[in-house]
Amino acid sequence: MAEVVLTGLGKAYGDGTRAVTDLNLEIRDGEFLVLVGPSGCGKTTALRMIAGLEQITEGTIHIGENVVNDVPSRDRDVAMVFQSYALYPHLNVYDNIAFGLTLRKLAKKEIDHRVREVADVLELTEHLDRKPRNLSGGQRQRVAMGRAIVRAPQAFLMDEPLSNLDAKLRVQMRAQIARIQREIGVTTVYVTHDQTEAMTLGDRVAVMRRGVLQQVGPPQELYDRPVNLFVAGFIGSPGMNLVSAKLDEDSGGRFWVSLGSDALLLPESVPQQRPALRQYVGRDVVVGIRPEDMEDTALADAREGEILHSVADLVEAMGSDVLVHFPVDVPPVVTDDTRELAKDAGTDDLPKAGKGTVLVGRFSPRTRIYEGQPVAAWVDTSRLHFFDPATGSSIWKQELQ
Amino acid sequence: MTLVAEEVRIDVPVSGAPRRSVLTRLVARLGNGVVQVVLALVAVFWLVPVFGLLIASLRDESANTANGWWTVFTKPAELTLANYAELVANQAVWQSFLNTFYIAVPATVLVVVLASLASYALAWIEFPGRETLTVVVVGLLVMPIQVALIPVAKLFGALGLFGTITGVVLFHVAFGLPFAIFLLRNFFTGIPRDLIEAARMDGATEWVIFKRVILPVAKPAIASLTIFQFLWVWNDLLVALVFADQDSAPITVALRAQLRQFGTNIDMLSTGAFLSMVVPLAVFLVFQKYFVQGVLAGSTK
Repeated sequence: MAEVVLTGLGKAYGDGTRAVTDLNLEIRDGEFLVLVGPSGCGKTTALRMIAGLEQITEGTIHIGENVVNDVPSRDRDVAMVFQSYALYPHLNVYDNIAFGLTLRKLAKKEIDHRVREVADVLELTEHLDRKPRNLSGGQRQRVAMGRAIVRAPQAFLMDEPLSNLDAKLRVQMRAQIARIQREIGVTTVYVTHDQTEAMTLGDRVAVMRRGVLQQVGPPQELYDRPVNLFVAGFIGSPGMNLVSAKLDEDSGGRFWVSLGSDALLLPESVPQQRPALRQYVGRDVVVGIRPEDMEDTALADAREGEILHSVADLVEAMGSDVLVHFPVDVPPVVTDDTRELAKDAGTDDLPKAGKGTVLVGRFSPRTRIYEGQPVAAWVDTSRLHFFDPATGSSIWKQELQ
Repeated sequence: MTLVAEEVRIDVPVSGAPRRSVLTRLVARLGNGVVQVVLALVAVFWLVPVFGLLIASLRDESANTANGWWTVFTKPAELTLANYAELVANQAVWQSFLNTFYIAVPATVLVVVLASLASYALAWIEFPGRETLTVVVVGLLVMPIQVALIPVAKLFGALGLFGTITGVVLFHVAFGLPFAIFLLRNFFTGIPRDLIEAARMDGATEWVIFKRVILPVAKPAIASLTIFQFLWVWNDLLVALVFADQDSAPITVALRAQLRQFGTNIDMLSTGAFLSMVVPLAVFLVFQKYFVQGVLAGSTK
């Protein structure tokens, strides 16, 4: 086991396209790091460079003490789980798992011991004689895991290992991967485009966009303090509501943001935490409201300056909570970031300017709001997010300007 | 001609089509019947001459000259193994039969070994000029064999290979490789990249990947190539006629020589021809079991 350090890592192809740019990441010994981002953000390329399957254009990769830039994959002592599993079709489960060990010329007895132990952990013991084609998707996935685990490598690399499983199995395997990783404590780099996987699995999560690292930190930090619009929109489900609103200061020195006919009053804690906000007075800012920071006013202790009024145009009962969609008369935020997020979410109907913005609130299931009825949504104004409309950066302190 | 032995199976989905009307099902079933009848007819057309050849080889010369092989249905007593006894006793024919082995086996083994190695490199190892090399090698497919006969004969003469089995083998290898590489490289490139990379991550060198992943997975392609190449060399007359001398002549050349010596000695010819057919048929049947569909099934989702 070892730490993996990426320094100024970059990948450019012959035709000039860049997959990864100046990636700096320090993955600590035993840490579970998740690389997340929309497709084409360079996360898989970064992983393949660590694996040695992709040439490094610039920068260095350390695994443990050594720079491995010019070390071939087979000598890097890292194991990889492929999205497609890539099992050896002509070998049975036992030989698939044992393949890497036989190449290392381990004693037969030792190999047998290790394969059976791993098969036991992954509940594959009764399938050891079967060929991959006779296994279910979940079993194949476990064989792929077993092939990595059995080698006890310096690091695990996983390339969207759960994306081919159905939803239920994915949740199961997600828990299993987390458990196994904790048990054997091996440094792990895990690539996914699924932010739920990223949040639940990662000790730390690194969000990438177009080959550039946006933010890296513990999942909660990414959720609470996203550095920019992209991270804010990517982390969380349903995604953060983003609207464009004007920031005003009244004679009493209180800050307001206007959303259509309503205005939200910012508690004092907000400008204290975000001193740079003062510079935006009289200008438009991007306001981010997480769906879970809203509630039906009837069920909340709402005060003046904390309520948005509208009419519900869609109500989705999830059982544990209710998602209420309602339009507000403010221009939607259309930037590069939101466009990319919409593309990733597969929604082609980008909000058009002039048509208002549909907000989503996550209300308690006790709410009595139905489609077509008026909504009064309470907003936890202490948890609003603010972004610079030009740069998309989160507004915090002066120097972030 | 031995290819008719291949089992032809047409899978028609009989069940699980509730939407189809009785009429379409009837047509489908009739169509299936028609296909089978046509296939049976084709098989008979191909088999009749072979069967005739077999019978002719089992009748003596006078019987063969007097009437056609179908007479055997009324006079089965005419059948005799005398021709085969005579053939085995004929040193020249026997030697040529062995020569055919000495030519066909190395020419097949060499082509399969060299082509699979070359195809792996051309498909999966990155090196400068790989694309160009592939195009050049496969482009050699268009080179007609006749064009090369005289230049190669001169070359072989200078090298002392003319009239030797080695010469014949080398010529077959040279002209077998373009097609072999074309066939195998196409198959190899179809193997999922992940599979090769998984082996690489598992610690495999290129050689181990080739031996323990590519070759087992490519068995069907290699079996087809082996059969093709073996048949081609075994049945060849032209190359052997040009490059082999009397001592190194294969059975095709030897049988032709028999023809000239004795005129229409159908008994000897049919016996030799039939014997020479048995071997490729056996090769085909041995390798046929590697034609398994879905070798890659289960490897990748």
